[in-house]
Amino acid sequence: MTNATATTAATPTTVTAPAEQGGALSSWQITLFSLKQWLKSPSPYLNVLGIVGFIVFWYLATERFKLPWFNKLPGPVAVFQEWVSRDPAYGISIYSPEYYHHIFTSIWRVLQAFILATVLGVPIGLFMGWKKTFKDYTFPLLETLRPIPMLAWVPLSILMWPGREASIIFLTFLGSFFATVLNTLLGVESIDEVYFRAASSLGAKPRQVFFKVILPGSLPFIFTGLQISMGFAWFSLVAGEMLAGEYGLGYLIWNSFIMVQYPVIVIAMVTLGVIGGFSSSLIRMVGDRLMQWKVREAAR
Amino acid sequence: MSQTQLTPGMGAGEMTVTGVAKGFGLGPLHKQVLCDCSFTLEKGKLTVLIGPSGCGKSTLVNVLAGYEAPDAGSVLLDGKPVCEPGPDRLVVFQETALFPWMTTYENVSYGPRVQRKMPEAEFRRETMKLLDLVGLRDFKDKYPSQLSGGMQRRAELVRAMINQPKVMLMDEPFRGLDAMTRALMQEYYVRLFEEHRGTNLFVTSELEEAIFLADKLLILTNRPARVKKVIEVDLPRPREFAMLTSKAYQDCKMEALELLHEEAMKSFAAGAVNAADFLEACSQMGQDQAVPSCKEGPGEETRQ
Repeated sequence: MTNATATTAATPTTVTAPAEQGGALSSWQITLFSLKQWLKSPSPYLNVLGIVGFIVFWYLATERFKLPWFNKLPGPVAVFQEWVSRDPAYGISIYSPEYYHHIFTSIWRVLQAFILATVLGVPIGLFMGWKKTFKDYTFPLLETLRPIPMLAWVPLSILMWPGREASIIFLTFLGSFFATVLNTLLGVESIDEVYFRAASSLGAKPRQVFFKVILPGSLPFIFTGLQISMGFAWFSLVAGEMLAGEYGLGYLIWNSFIMVQYPVIVIAMVTLGVIGGFSSSLIRMVGDRLMQWKVREAAR
Repeated sequence: MSQTQLTPGMGAGEMTVTGVAKGFGLGPLHKQVLCDCSFTLEKGKLTVLIGPSGCGKSTLVNVLAGYEAPDAGSVLLDGKPVCEPGPDRLVVFQETALFPWMTTYENVSYGPRVQRKMPEAEFRRETMKLLDLVGLRDFKDKYPSQLSGGMQRRAELVRAMINQPKVMLMDEPFRGLDAMTRALMQEYYVRLFEEHRGTNLFVTSELEEAIFLADKLLILTNRPARVKKVIEVDLPRPREFAMLTSKAYQDCKMEALELLHEEAMKSFAAGAVNAADFLEACSQMGQDQAVPSCKEGPGEETRQ
């Protein structure tokens, strides 16, 4: 409230902070307000300029001047034409059902693996931070398994699981699981000792400390971890699909390479990038929703 | 018992501390922080603990609160030994310890909620009454990060008071506030105390604040800390800032200042000796790494 008055005092005509209208702020009001502010700043235009600049460079390097190293790559015009073509030369465009089949296969795999990794990883991480004995048992194991690159897991996961589907999901799961556990653990350890002291002084029992201090206190780290783990999930998914897939964007990329259908590679890559970024911001949104105390801190 | 007492606040218990010692670290790293510390927190009195910074005041509070067990000696609250943290001795911390993920209302009502001693309707009423008392009613749905420093301290004060602790332990609660807010909070706190007359221990390193608040002033020695002197402050209550110019205040201040100065000098000298040792040790070791840290060494030490 002090801030709302300060804002009006400084800029009486331009912005009306939602806080002024009195009452509680709904989170979408805050979002709308910050969106408006963002559009007034130079950042969105610079963001677009950056992307456009990259595409122009790509065009000049490949299709215009055909620079060495670049001359085998598909240019943006060729890719775009293929992407929106009603009759694609290589069978993949926004009009072909096959394209969506690949996308949804990949999303569905990531979703299963990510949910499994979160449902297992967050409680394990919380428990490791809560009970030192449990951490003593598990931490060295975690730190030995975690640095093993996902590709190294491919043979074992093929041996272990029946069928490709299960082994791809397992690889994807491993990728995100370790990041989730580690970040959750760090989240618990980041909680200031003073909160535990305050809680025990006020008469909280261990269970209440767990749900009212450890869980909310580690949420910021957990959500950072989930974003990282989502990135790892896509990374491992593509690796898995390239080696063992039958559908999916990773499979599409590798298959198009073998079949010399180069524009399709770029279509699948860009699709991966967009979906990956989107899934990351979805997690951020859920996080903001659960951590109102952080959002309000930023918006005040 | 709490049912009959309608106004929540500070209860009056008596705390007896006898020969408490506490050290940290093993072998050559051992540091004695408290040594043979004895004093009594009298019923309904505001006792202020003052000592050179880094002398172990916070450690003492941790022992009284039950966060740490003393190596020797005993802490009794109304005759019963203190062995774990609990709502009968509440601490208001140096840094704010309000849970950032809870609103002011949730923070203040946290104690009754987890202890499940009173029904929800009752603690709801008590919480609102206390929030009114400290002028935070309109801020009950705000998160701590949305409150000013002074508001946070007030919220913390009532979060403790709602549990009617037998003893309130205030560990430099106004540190880090700006001078204006600090003076306001001192006045606020002294009013609350004068209304409720609970047993309070207030730790500070500011002499003016100490005398303004105290019934009894405990002056601690340099590390390892023990009580060097107890000064009874016989300024009349209610306390007013105008008393800071009175003769009684000045006498009291002079007496305390002399004792504190002596301790500060010792601490300074001890720091200098440590620094000399440290420099010598550095010169005997490899030069490359030791030299830059040596420059910082003496400064670090004297601050202790």
